[in-house]
Amino acid sequence: MIPDNLRYMESHEWVKSEDDIATVGITDYAQSEIQDIVFVELPDVGTQLTHKAELGVIESVKAAFDLYAPVSGEVIEVNETLLDAPEQVNDSPYDDGWFLKIKMTDPSELDTLLDADGYQAHIEVEDA
Amino acid sequence: MNRTPLYEVHKSLNAKFTEFGGWEMPLQYSSIVKEHLAVRESAGLFDLSHMGEIDVKGNGAKELVQKLTTNDVNRLSDGQVQYTLLCNENGGIVDDIVIYRHDGDDFTLVVNAANIEKDFTWIKKHNSLGADVIDDSENTTLIALQGPKSIDILNPFVSELDAADISFFRFVVDEVAGIPAAISRTGYTGEIGFELYVKADSAEDLWNVLYPAVIEAGGLPGGLGARDTLRLEAGLRLYGMDMDDDTTPFEAGLSRFVKLDQGDFIGRDALLVQKEKGDLNKKLVGFQMLDRAVARCGNDVFQNGDHIGKVTSGAPSPSLKCNIGFASISPIVGKSIAIEIRGKKHPATIVKVPFI
Repeated sequence: MIPDNLRYMESHEWVKSEDDIATVGITDYAQSEIQDIVFVELPDVGTQLTHKAELGVIESVKAAFDLYAPVSGEVIEVNETLLDAPEQVNDSPYDDGWFLKIKMTDPSELDTLLDADGYQAHIEVEDA
Repeated sequence: MNRTPLYEVHKSLNAKFTEFGGWEMPLQYSSIVKEHLAVRESAGLFDLSHMGEIDVKGNGAKELVQKLTTNDVNRLSDGQVQYTLLCNENGGIVDDIVIYRHDGDDFTLVVNAANIEKDFTWIKKHNSLGADVIDDSENTTLIALQGPKSIDILNPFVSELDAADISFFRFVVDEVAGIPAAISRTGYTGEIGFELYVKADSAEDLWNVLYPAVIEAGGLPGGLGARDTLRLEAGLRLYGMDMDDDTTPFEAGLSRFVKLDQGDFIGRDALLVQKEKGDLNKKLVGFQMLDRAVARCGNDVFQNGDHIGKVTSGAPSPSLKCNIGFASISPIVGKSIAIEIRGKKHPATIVKVPFI
């Protein structure tokens, strides 16, 4: 279930890196916990993000959930389709439900994130 | 934390649980939106066993209830239900409750889960005529069947009776599938529906009778998440959020449940003064967001830069597909307001309640 080719934060964001570009979303586990996503508030293109600082907010019917930046860098693209179809995050968290792309300033920050096994262990602890 | 007699049933249905008023209750089984829409389109089944039931009966029962409540209990006939408020001496709302009148002068007061002890103590404190006041909450289970298909779902299980014949805010004491039950045409969703009171040891039997029928009709079990969005759309206030001990019925927009001419009751003097003065410091209003932001309880409300109050309830409306809520605000001119969410002001407009 948990893709091997991604890195993860304990706060349930995933990140996929290609060269110095990182794509960010939330995991299948997170979307199933949050449920009923109605709104995703994301930063504008051009915003400078800092590793582990707040990046945006997901609103579900029940509550708001903070999102954190897995890496530092500049936002170069935002998934605009989520504005009208936020349910894509529930339906397709690893594909159509991606949030944004970041041009990384320090790709070594990726090494501080969890791999698939580490994330699996992390959610088992949260579920226990 | 307290658990209802249906806790294991909810667990077997993979419910997600939440704490509410000291109770571990199902928040949702599938998705709040699906459960919400099921109630609007077919039916939903809710465990509301956390609610409290306090019997007031015997000599002095009617006088006690009249003294404690803002509505006029003399207007109640046998088999009728009334929404009313318990107020303190300042006119602040102790609880919002429904009163069931049984044969004669026996009453059951159905109270909010978080307020059972507070209300029970309050009622006993004012029981100068020596009525019997009994907290029967632990022995009583409340299951709500709500939605346009609820009459069709219930009818096969009530032999002598057509559920459609029970009028709004009326109840009958009968049986559902052979289980002794008070069948009440009431609810908290804005839909046709019933609230069924049974003995706690019959809870699972009743649930197991109704659950397959609800599923068959295209309905779903509903958790507190859907209950909250349903009541909000229907314009129904929630105690502890939209009103509290420091909010009067007038400030909560509940003046039609205050009968100042019914004789004396606790809080009447203060409410009379507030009514004669005419101007309220705060008033509960409904609002709709004009952008995608979701206002939540506690968000600050502004008009023309002035802080005018706070959001008391707020959520996305699954039926209206916009974001709505209640706010308690000082008197203003016009309908345009701004609500501060995570440090940013978002436009909203005051709208008529109910929202649907």
